[in-house]
Amino acid sequence: MNKKGYNCVVCIKQVPDTKRIGPDAMKEDGTVNRAALPAVFNPEDMNALEAALSVKERYGGKVTAIAMGLPAACAILREALMRGADEAYLVTDRKAAGSDTLATSYILSQAVRRFEPDLVFCGRQAIDGDTAQTGPQIAEKLGFPAITYLEKLDLEDGVAVAVRDIGTGVETDRVKLPALFTVTDRYGELRPPDVRRVMEYKKAKAPAEGGEGSGIGQLSCDDIGCEAERCGFAGSPTNVSKVASVVLAGGEYREIPATDEGIKAFVEGLVADHTIG
Amino acid sequence: MSNFYKDNPDIEKTLDAIDLSEVAELCEEGFRFAKEYQFAPVDAADAIDNYKRALDTCGDIVGNRIAPTAEETDKVGNILNEDGSVTYAPGIKLAIELLGRSRLSGCTIPYYLGGLNMPCTILTACNDIVSRADASLMNIFGLQGIAETINAFASEDIKREYVPNLCNGTWTGAMVLTEPDAGSDLQSVKTTARLDENGVWRVNGVKRFITNGCGDVLLVLARTEPEFGDGRGLSCLLVEKCPQVKVRRLEHKLGINGSPTCELVFTDAPAKLIGQRKRGLITYVMALMNGARVGISAQGTGIGEAAYRAARDYAAARKQFGVTIDSFPALRELMCDMSVDLQVSRILAYYSSKCVDLENGLAKKFEALKGSPEAAAVRARMKKYAAFNKMLTPMAKYFASEMSMRVSNGAVAVLGGSGFMKDYPVERYLRDSRITTIYEGTSQLQVVAAIAGVMAGLYREVVADALDGVALSPALEEKRARIEELAAGVDSAVAFVKGHPAGKTYHDLHARELVDAAIGAVAGALMIRFAAKFPEKEASLDYWLATKWPVFHAGLARAKSGYTGSVELFETIAPAVVPE
Repeated sequence: MNKKGYNCVVCIKQVPDTKRIGPDAMKEDGTVNRAALPAVFNPEDMNALEAALSVKERYGGKVTAIAMGLPAACAILREALMRGADEAYLVTDRKAAGSDTLATSYILSQAVRRFEPDLVFCGRQAIDGDTAQTGPQIAEKLGFPAITYLEKLDLEDGVAVAVRDIGTGVETDRVKLPALFTVTDRYGELRPPDVRRVMEYKKAKAPAEGGEGSGIGQLSCDDIGCEAERCGFAGSPTNVSKVASVVLAGGEYREIPATDEGIKAFVEGLVADHTIG
Repeated sequence: MSNFYKDNPDIEKTLDAIDLSEVAELCEEGFRFAKEYQFAPVDAADAIDNYKRALDTCGDIVGNRIAPTAEETDKVGNILNEDGSVTYAPGIKLAIELLGRSRLSGCTIPYYLGGLNMPCTILTACNDIVSRADASLMNIFGLQGIAETINAFASEDIKREYVPNLCNGTWTGAMVLTEPDAGSDLQSVKTTARLDENGVWRVNGVKRFITNGCGDVLLVLARTEPEFGDGRGLSCLLVEKCPQVKVRRLEHKLGINGSPTCELVFTDAPAKLIGQRKRGLITYVMALMNGARVGISAQGTGIGEAAYRAARDYAAARKQFGVTIDSFPALRELMCDMSVDLQVSRILAYYSSKCVDLENGLAKKFEALKGSPEAAAVRARMKKYAAFNKMLTPMAKYFASEMSMRVSNGAVAVLGGSGFMKDYPVERYLRDSRITTIYEGTSQLQVVAAIAGVMAGLYREVVADALDGVALSPALEEKRARIEELAAGVDSAVAFVKGHPAGKTYHDLHARELVDAAIGAVAGALMIRFAAKFPEKEASLDYWLATKWPVFHAGLARAKSGYTGSVELFETIAPAVVPE
């Protein structure tokens, strides 16, 4: 159906590198001390970018990367351009500060809508919040079907054949486009950059970073038609009432007889109480 | 998993110490490409920043994606299928794809042919990084000399047809030189190429020990002029993978198992002539071979890096007698030896690559300036570096390859019994290192190539060049005097060898000791340069002077001993082995 190929939008997030947690990683109030951790490209967003780039490679089209955040998030937009994205946009606005996943997905959906995408890709979840809510909420606001846990994707005449990881196996869905997909690391690793693109896009900047501001587009909440009361603190019903540190410690134990019967009884017990199955 | 560029600051420091500003300007021909290509650099700082980003990309691909596959690649190797095709080990296949996507496979190729137009020194650093992960991959990735040779000598049509796909990893290549009876002596190549009735070259013959002979683009050395039985009758021909080229056998080797070493049979294989007839060996293969030697100096360095790290890491954790073994003085000294050996090898390899870049860049500049008043000075400098390279490239190859054996051997020693087992990678490093002193010219041949420059005192000019424009502290000035003192020893030994009545025999017997000490002086100068830029390197320099100077002097004393028994009494000392 799509002679020019598919229009793909990828939502990416800059997150603190949780692999390098030091003693000062958390503030006293239990929130993340972002200043103490290096900022990185959220790992599963890299898989999402790979999904979009492979659609472009196989079927033609265009890939647009969008990140919401402070101007520092341009670092991952530059990375996305180096890896093969055609365009990159920073959504940045004081009004967006303090957004929870509801407000974030509202703002991002407003940005995504502008590009009239056939396919939207998000990482399954970000390593700082681990909510996995933003992708599906964007889909809901766009009125797109949401296919979560994507690990393989083929396109046939405007229909996506998507294989998703359902924990105990895979499920294959056929879904009409436009649609949104959240992607896991099972999709495959992000391709390396063409070094020529590295040389070219190292200089790309958004106006918010100062300098000439070329190569990365910039959008404010007004630019994308957001209603102020749905952005930032105003639009965020989430309240963190308490953060507790949970320590998992050993307690009771049960011995399973090392016989076929013993194991059968054990597994049946797990199925019966819905631990598995 | 780790980025092999970012986790190893010595690569960047070594590049900063040798300073690539002039090389960048020559490579970019005064930065004229910036007008044509968005990505091309506008000045030396921009270019050098690009070089480092390219290495960062290389380090990411190699460290995070390829290194984890190296053990399996070593174990499974490549497979020769019944139809004569070769299936690469999965890790090698992945590496070719990823490095091609990044375009690093066209590191030194001009922009208009799809490359990155970077200096040879950056390819050397890439090869260093690649070889740390998997030495055998370097034999395929490092074969960029195929594209370079086509670029340097082939017609414009052939360049445009073949080079871009070599840069992006779609194709790989092979240099097809060796035959069962033509190894070090390539003049006796028997493979023939003749023009058929349609004016197409047809190649016939058998080639052996061909690295990546299953590749898509083969540069074949073949006899086109049957009337000449020597090197003058040989030409260079390009043969595409086709049914008339069969891989008959894959060799089973001690190491570098990921690199397919093929026996090839050509039966009327269609070919295209590269450049001019008769210049195959004399001009093109000689150029190719020099590039390949530079590559091995990087490969040896990378293997040494891998081995050093494995040993140092193990020694910090392994406890015996209640303490970690890195607290024992003997092991400390062993690891200092390994570390400094490695640092010296790297700066020698990078600096010799830089001299290759200067020669090539100045040659291009001279062509552009021909007839103008500055041309003569440019030509004189080009000639200077050309002369350096004839001596320096073999020195770097010789030193790095021997270093890789010493250091990987040391690593096995540090790990002890564990090092002997397949559970740790150090036995692989030791096996992989062994070939580096053999191919692209054995260590003995590198000594033969370097000795003329040593006898003529050229190495002193290299010492001067290495320290040119470097501001030295009084402490470093004193160390420079130690270099002068070693050089005086070399010169005195050279005079002795020249005057010895046994003539060439005596010269051949002791060339190695003279070359070793001359390398010591050159490397010493480079380490002074390194320490002038990075003060922490002064400790490595001091170690080099304290522990190696006595060794070099002992070698020179041997060269002055006058002893010739190893030739004259050969049959007695090393009696022939006769069957019962």
